[in-house]
Amino acid sequence: MADEEKKEVTTSSEATATPAATETPAAPVPRFGRPGGPGRRPGPGGRPAGRGEGGPRKFFRRKKVCKFCVEKIDSINYKDVRLLQQFVAERGKIVPRRLTGVCTPHQRRLTAAIKQARNIALLPFAARY
Amino acid sequence: MPQQQRTYEVMYIVRPDLAEEETERVISTVESGATAAGVAVKNAERMGKRRLAYKVRKFQDGVYVLLTVEGPGSAVAELERRLRVTEPVIKYITVRVDEEQKRLAKIKKIRDSKVRQRPQTTEAAAGSGPTPATA
Repeated sequence: MADEEKKEVTTSSEATATPAATETPAAPVPRFGRPGGPGRRPGPGGRPAGRGEGGPRKFFRRKKVCKFCVEKIDSINYKDVRLLQQFVAERGKIVPRRLTGVCTPHQRRLTAAIKQARNIALLPFAARY
Repeated sequence: MPQQQRTYEVMYIVRPDLAEEETERVISTVESGATAAGVAVKNAERMGKRRLAYKVRKFQDGVYVLLTVEGPGSAVAELERRLRVTEPVIKYITVRVDEEQKRLAKIKKIRDSKVRQRPQTTEAAAGSGPTPATA
């Protein structure tokens, strides 16, 4: 019983996958703007193909890289105000990783360094107004 | 030796409205106080007058001094107490640096060994490359 059901499931998924595969050659169309038409379903076969092209995303986003990894900056010191200031927003906040692209281990060290620098009045806790 | 010798950086700010020789006197008293507290002063660097990021005791700027000391933690605690008592010192921070230095030395060592290895590995790759192609 169970085996039969499984077979059915696999055949049905194949059946859905094949239309998706036939659809993909016409993929350049979504680049100009994805038609959110009712006919297009997010089929299981459609996704990997879309990802391979870079997706139907309109804007090409540059991949962010960790400054410290790329420039091989080993020490993140609290005295290096110039360096730390690049990762502090105007109000004095630490800029999150998702905006700067800094990797987790470096962000951890960076945060510690910024906090030390704040303690000795090299960096502000909050910008004054 | 019951207590470990560790390296610390003590950065402190002297109030800016003192005369030059008075500032020097404060710096030398802090140094002598450090040796009295039981830490060895490795280096003392005056970083000059700098604008503070925020007001400290109603001062907008201050004279930064960096002290590199070596000694056990209890002695550094004593040095901190002395800094707190010293009136012209408006702010200080102590940072332990030996672990970081150790880490940096390790990274440097790894990097140096990689630089040395790289020409060899490329040669090995070039040497091993053609052999499967011919075979």
